[in-house]
Amino acid sequence: MSQSLLTLLIFIPIIGGVLTVACGEQRHGLAKWLALATSILTLALCIPLWTGFDASIATMQFVEDYAWIEAFHIRYTLGVDGFALPLVILTAMITVLVLISAWEVIDKLVAQYFGVMLILEGFMIGVFCAMDAMLFYVFFEAMLIPMFLIIGIWGGPNRVYATIKFFLYTFLGSVFMLVGLIYLYLQTVATGDPSFAISSFQSMPLTMSAQVWLFFAFLMAFAVKIPMFPVHTWLPDAHVEAPTGGSMVLAAIMLKIGGYGFIRFSLPVTPDASADLAWLMVALSLIAVIYIGLVALAQQDMKKLIAYSSISHMGFVTLGLFIAIALAFGRTTLDAAHLAIQGAMVQMISHGFISAAMFAGVGVLYDRVHSREISAYGGVTNTMPWFAALMVFFAMANSGLPGTSGFVGEFMVILATYQANGWVAAGAALTLILGAAYTLWMVKRVFFGEVANQNVEQLKDINFRETVVLGSLAGMVLLIGLWPKPLIDVMQPSVEQLAHQMTINKVPRTIKPALAPSP
Amino acid sequence: MIESFADLAPILPELILLAFIILVMLTDLYVDERRRGILHGISIVGLVLTGVACIRGFEAGQSTEILGGLMVRDSIGDLLKVFILMITAIVLTYAKHSLRTHKLFVGEFYLLVLFAVLGMFLLVSSTNFIMLYLGLELLALSGYALVALDRDSPIASEAAMKYFVVGAIASGLLLYGMSILYGISGSLQIDEIATAVAYGQSKAVLAFALTFVIVGLAFKFGAVPFHMWIPDVYHGAPTASTVFIATAPKIAAIGMAYRLLPGALPSLSADWTEILALLALLSLLLGNFAAIAQTNLKRMLAYSTISHVGFLFLALLGGTADGYAAATFYALTYALMTAGAFGVIIALSRQGFAADQIDDYKGLNQRHPWLAFIMLLLMASLAGIPPLVGFFSKLLVLQNAVLAGYLWLAVVAAVCAVIGAFYYLRVIKVMYFDAPTREIEYSAPGDLKFVLGLNGLAQIALGLGWGPLVALCLLAWR
Repeated sequence: MSQSLLTLLIFIPIIGGVLTVACGEQRHGLAKWLALATSILTLALCIPLWTGFDASIATMQFVEDYAWIEAFHIRYTLGVDGFALPLVILTAMITVLVLISAWEVIDKLVAQYFGVMLILEGFMIGVFCAMDAMLFYVFFEAMLIPMFLIIGIWGGPNRVYATIKFFLYTFLGSVFMLVGLIYLYLQTVATGDPSFAISSFQSMPLTMSAQVWLFFAFLMAFAVKIPMFPVHTWLPDAHVEAPTGGSMVLAAIMLKIGGYGFIRFSLPVTPDASADLAWLMVALSLIAVIYIGLVALAQQDMKKLIAYSSISHMGFVTLGLFIAIALAFGRTTLDAAHLAIQGAMVQMISHGFISAAMFAGVGVLYDRVHSREISAYGGVTNTMPWFAALMVFFAMANSGLPGTSGFVGEFMVILATYQANGWVAAGAALTLILGAAYTLWMVKRVFFGEVANQNVEQLKDINFRETVVLGSLAGMVLLIGLWPKPLIDVMQPSVEQLAHQMTINKVPRTIKPALAPSP
Repeated sequence: MIESFADLAPILPELILLAFIILVMLTDLYVDERRRGILHGISIVGLVLTGVACIRGFEAGQSTEILGGLMVRDSIGDLLKVFILMITAIVLTYAKHSLRTHKLFVGEFYLLVLFAVLGMFLLVSSTNFIMLYLGLELLALSGYALVALDRDSPIASEAAMKYFVVGAIASGLLLYGMSILYGISGSLQIDEIATAVAYGQSKAVLAFALTFVIVGLAFKFGAVPFHMWIPDVYHGAPTASTVFIATAPKIAAIGMAYRLLPGALPSLSADWTEILALLALLSLLLGNFAAIAQTNLKRMLAYSTISHVGFLFLALLGGTADGYAAATFYALTYALMTAGAFGVIIALSRQGFAADQIDDYKGLNQRHPWLAFIMLLLMASLAGIPPLVGFFSKLLVLQNAVLAGYLWLAVVAAVCAVIGAFYYLRVIKVMYFDAPTREIEYSAPGDLKFVLGLNGLAQIALGLGWGPLVALCLLAWR
């Protein structure tokens, strides 16, 4: 089984999803249980994945490699390393919780919702496992249709606008990457070893101008996905209109695919361009952290606030990744670069749990009151004490309180950034204030104070189902916050390898990266 | 010349097709309205047997001159013919229901379609300008009549009239270009023209001839600025005729392009590559932008066709064997997707209800989830979303454009694909996001439902397993 574990992880959810849809709306009870069983089976398959993973080596593991389209050297190649493994497990966990959180909430086309969610899970796991660039692209794009349907069918009043915007933004970003991949493939053809393998792209020599073009092609795809300022505007719309489960998947997993893309493509394939343009990426990341943080402060809609908070937090991921490449040059040790990459990765995983929890929490309130406006609430803690306790915890995590996972990643990134440039680090550290401000202010207005109105007075505290969702997320946030070592250890060899790849100059370097400190 | 019957073996497919045409013609005289279904059966059998004859003689790299050099039997022709037959068989299945519901179930339809197929056969395997023109006109004349099949419909008559006038002008221009080439080379044989053109001819005259030849070609494909007939024909013609005209002739046109450009004018490849790139650019832009504004599904598909022609032209840049293989693959997948989309229109149409407004599809998912899912697959495939086959055909043509040195055009085309996604998504949006406004009846006959289901699922199946198909295309063209 371990030879085809990754294939099972991809196709069990897809097949389960198709069967779930096939159950039809008449038997939606059966469909729900089938979907839940499939997602739990997928999660269970992550156990042998975790235990069988050798955390001492950086090479790809659980590799499967078959010819797919021989005429164009496209291969079905799967594998996981220290970057992919945590993200695969995150995907499997979040999907189970998404299905549970949707259990009684989704009331139309139930079988289709559960089925499409599972199909989406399969595609997302596929993205993280693909080692062939075309296979990666296929999964990367295939995700769009299920998400398009999730927002469009089960979303809020303005869902059509939001979902089409989501689709076109991400589609536009990724077609540039497609042309980039075709270019890279034709380069391998010219050198006589035609291949779409990501590893052969990574080791391919490229001129500086080609690297810059490719860097921007990749940037278009991943900056939209993650999303970075200024191509982030689809995200608040999509989040606000998406159903709770859709928002959870979007924030917890889909955004991570952007960060994962930078790790897989931008940094190793175009290291020199990445280093030269690191200043741009760092600047955009800082804008995301500070400016978007301020924007979040002004939001009246809870989902919109969390969406902006997501953009701001993902700014730390791009900051960590691109400060790492600045730190990888002109240094005797790569420790600082390692720290930055680890910080970015921990931030991704941590944000996956925290943002999923925040959206699930808003979903809990929305299901009862049918409003996402902050002003519609007040004093919720009086009627929903358990819920309020959990949400205050998540709010603390979101604002980076030590002891929660939110602290670990941000702290590592800031620490590493300080070694490159104190001012940038100081700017990034502002998030600790801003994050606390917008999150806690929202918590204050929603949960504390007098009971605001009759709706709040009639609220019932969370039931067992909701407690399972929020409780398990709280457990993960706390676990990573207190004991991040297993997570950091499992990615360590891969982090070292990436940092090493960053230092390999593909072209003779004449320009020093803008952010590198003088030796 | 022909000395024994054995010499006729290479044109066996054409002979079989002709025999069945005669059979259909004769049978039509003796069957009445109720039993006219038998014509459908005969036509399908004829297509299948012709296909068998094509496949039996298929041999990669082999080419046999026939009829004293007027035609050639080669793997390229065989491949295109088999694809044409496949698409025609699917189209006939869809068309039968449409003809019945609109009271147009007449023998002439089958006759005209089969004649058009014969025309395409001559077109793709001609090695002589006269033969090529003959095939082209046989196809075109059948097409005009097919559009005018519903003679009581003013809109169909108007479409036929436009199609005829524009088509006749295009044929005339092509003929003019051919006559100049004849004047230069003194021959109508394509290979002799190629040799003559390669040596010391006046560039101005050649460019003149080339322009006219390309105009004729662009009209056949429906590339901008020779696209005007497409929206009217798609909208005005009976759906049964549209679905045929929209699909199979595009595959044949690749054969025509091959015989005319790399075949007859290889030394001008830089020039025609440039012109084709320009036509591709215009088709991509106009097709995609104009499609956004359409509310009628047939007209939307018409502009979508124009944009697909733009993509297809990317594969013709450079005129390499691999490029033409990509073009063939593209045309086949395009034909499958478009035929399927029209198949859905036909499946939902009834007497007095054409099901051709996009709004007619509101809430289809809640009424008929399976049919909505098929349409979803077809639309997503037309938009080029992986893992559906429409993505991979776009991948191949983009790759050819980059290889031919047109990286910028590949980028423009990729952006156009995004613009295109918008109007395909709108159909999905209407089916899935909107609430149904009326009862939607789906009472198509079993064979149509079956073929339609296969057609939709083929988008996934071919998307996952397009390797053998593309290998076959490469084998035939290399």
